Amino acid sequence: MFAYIVRRLFLMLVTLFGISVIIFVLLRVVPGNIVDILFDAAGFVDPADKASIERELGLSQPIVIQYLHWIGGLLHGDLGYSYVSEKPALEEILPRIPITARLAGLALLFSAAIGIPLGVISAVHQGSRLDYVLRVVSLSGLSLPAFWLGLLILMASVSMFGTMPIFNPNPKTWLEAFTIYAVPAMAVGFRSAALTMRITRSSMLEILRQDYIRTARAKGASEASVNYHHALKNAVLPVITVIGIEAAFLIGGLIVTETVFNIPGIARFLVEALRWRDYPIVQNLVMFIAVVVVVVNFIVDMLYAAIDPRIRFGD
Amino acid sequence: MRSVQTLAVAVLSVLAISGVSHAGEPKSGGILRIYHRDSPGSASIHEGATYSINVPFMPIFNNLVIFDQHIAQNSVATIRPELAESWAWSADNKTLTFKLRKDVKWHDGKPFTSADVKCTFDMLMGKSPQKFRQNPRKTWYQQVNDVTTNGDYEASFNLKRPQPALLSLLASGYTPIYPCHVSPAEMRTKPIGTGPFKFVEFKANESIKLVKNPDYFKKGLPYLDGIEFTIIPNRSTAILGFVSGRFDMTFPTEVSIPLLKDVKSQDPKAVCVVEPNNVSTNIIVNSSAPPFDNIDIRRALALALDRKAFIQIMFEGQGDIGGTMEPAPAGLWAMPKDMLESIPGYGPDVEKNREEARKLMQKAGYGPDKHLQIKVSTRNIAVYRDPAIILIDQLKSIYIDAELDVVDTAQWFPKVARKDYSLGLNLTGNAVDDPDQSFYENYACGSERNYTNYCNKDIEKLFDQQSAETDINKRKKLVWEIDKKLQEDVARPIIFHARTGTCWQPYVKNITIMSNSSYNGYRYEDVWLDK
Repeated sequence: MFAYIVRRLFLMLVTLFGISVIIFVLLRVVPGNIVDILFDAAGFVDPADKASIERELGLSQPIVIQYLHWIGGLLHGDLGYSYVSEKPALEEILPRIPITARLAGLALLFSAAIGIPLGVISAVHQGSRLDYVLRVVSLSGLSLPAFWLGLLILMASVSMFGTMPIFNPNPKTWLEAFTIYAVPAMAVGFRSAALTMRITRSSMLEILRQDYIRTARAKGASEASVNYHHALKNAVLPVITVIGIEAAFLIGGLIVTETVFNIPGIARFLVEALRWRDYPIVQNLVMFIAVVVVVVNFIVDMLYAAIDPRIRFGD
Repeated sequence: MRSVQTLAVAVLSVLAISGVSHAGEPKSGGILRIYHRDSPGSASIHEGATYSINVPFMPIFNNLVIFDQHIAQNSVATIRPELAESWAWSADNKTLTFKLRKDVKWHDGKPFTSADVKCTFDMLMGKSPQKFRQNPRKTWYQQVNDVTTNGDYEASFNLKRPQPALLSLLASGYTPIYPCHVSPAEMRTKPIGTGPFKFVEFKANESIKLVKNPDYFKKGLPYLDGIEFTIIPNRSTAILGFVSGRFDMTFPTEVSIPLLKDVKSQDPKAVCVVEPNNVSTNIIVNSSAPPFDNIDIRRALALALDRKAFIQIMFEGQGDIGGTMEPAPAGLWAMPKDMLESIPGYGPDVEKNREEARKLMQKAGYGPDKHLQIKVSTRNIAVYRDPAIILIDQLKSIYIDAELDVVDTAQWFPKVARKDYSLGLNLTGNAVDDPDQSFYENYACGSERNYTNYCNKDIEKLFDQQSAETDINKRKKLVWEIDKKLQEDVARPIIFHARTGTCWQPYVKNITIMSNSSYNGYRYEDVWLDK
């Protein structure tokens, strides 16, 4: 197990290095840079002034030098300066991380708390009316785009209560925090919840047909014990994988949800930074997201081992 | 009797839509909450060409002179003193001298003097060691030889030749006076002005906050404690925020005609006005390369346009047809209707125009069996894309099969500068309703914003002639003649001039939306909240 962890950690570093190169190169391949966009606000392009600003921002240096400068800075905790706001990139990124982290965490919690129990209920009552209703709910969750659901929620809030949630990034109480984050978290987590529900249902159905479940029933175990002790414990493995993958894909949903609910998190900030070709923000943010995804994958694999003792890595 | 009733209705309508809401004695206090349509790239008005910068940052500054903030139509007659107490032209109309106020301080406590005026214009004219990153309005000051000072409180603009329009250019929201002791780089992030509001913070993509300047030289002003702009690029969310009461006001002139109906149905008490904004939707033609180097094809293009159809489809009929200068009654320099309709393509019989266009196309070698294939390039923004699609549809009527070429914002101006396009769908906003601004900026040989490199030395002479003319009536006739020639030359065919809406809650007082500019009406020093 220890050898496996060491190997995985080494592979993580190699992956992150590869990602850093890809991010850096891809960003420079995208047509246009910050200077073109600055001139867009001025309504023309002046080649001499453009060259001068590119020199000022270090964009005229060879790409390898720019990359080494970035990585060198990163290793020293220096993320560079935002081209747009001219503030340190760390100062711009850091306050936005907890906002998105809370939103993503709550969305995943929502996904698991709703998806797993409803998936189990659906499987246990296979073919019943309740099962059909839950399957329709799950289908709608997979079909409704997050931005549409978000707008519907906002419109309902305005037309029913005459108000819309005011986003306060620094809530003072838990209740305030919950009311601020719950609605957008549900909007973004609805898709994951639906997916979790479907996977839980199919995984449970498969397990419930196994011989050892029949044996448990034959031995007189109660339905609840069979469903929740014997079946769910084994059915939950693919669900954990799905939630892990969803955590990585969540950023897409967060972008639209943060835009619709006007939440100043990192997902919306990333899109805005991309629009401006604000390289120091984009490359550091994408790198941060890459680290999160790689670490989540690692944790999911570790959870596998912890939950299912049959799985042994490297021993 | 009927005519009296009509007159009464007309007067009441004008009062209702004038946008000025005066009610009782102004009250002090409160924060004006406005949503902002996007995150501006910088706080420096001088370096931008979008009112995404003017709207939030104009309250920080003062100009030498300013258009009266409560007269919707900007004109020389509505110019008021601001940092200048008075101004005077010399007898030869070549020197404009300003006497400056002595009681003005920058927000950091330093005194304002004539040196600040000089260094602002030295930077704008490119004569200062300190440079702006971008200087979009350099052409505004090409007739200024230099700015000289006489003591701390007098500054003179010495011109190469008379230019009556200079005063209007100085009165634009685009012409704030910057402090000498603050670098252009600092002005992009932490602007310091003399104006009614002080800069607090600008969080990109989040908010811009301004607070009352207690030392403002106009005693008793401003009434508001501050102004907060929340940046919401998603228009649906922003409008929902307004109708739910989260904002006191929409971003000015940003509510489209179809959206206006939604606002009024969801929030009937909201005060909404629709005004022209001196932004034309036009076509830029690459006349330096085939096929549009052929004047016949350019003329056929101009003849093919059904301008009314654009306005009907896009704005439910709420738009105006005109030439380069904004149409009347909002525009001061618009050609008379009969003159406008005498320009090819402006006649009311669209089918007859198109028949003529088809003949020109056939002369150029195209016809029912041989269509011209081109691309219509435009930016990936709805107000650009939608008219480009209508244009493509209309071009089919004259044997032109066009394809939409949507260009990313970052690539638009580099592409235009490379002349890597045939036709471009473009929007041109005029900051000041004055021919000097429009002609020199958009049509003068060598101007940076003359995207098509249109260069006609004969018309250029007329530009100078009208610019130096001090008799307003003579100048108008020259301007009409030039505008007509620009359309006949298909320099930058104007399709239509848009109108847009602005809404605010009834307790917001003293808001006026300008009818011939989207750039000049955001000082907000006497806006107050009746709460």
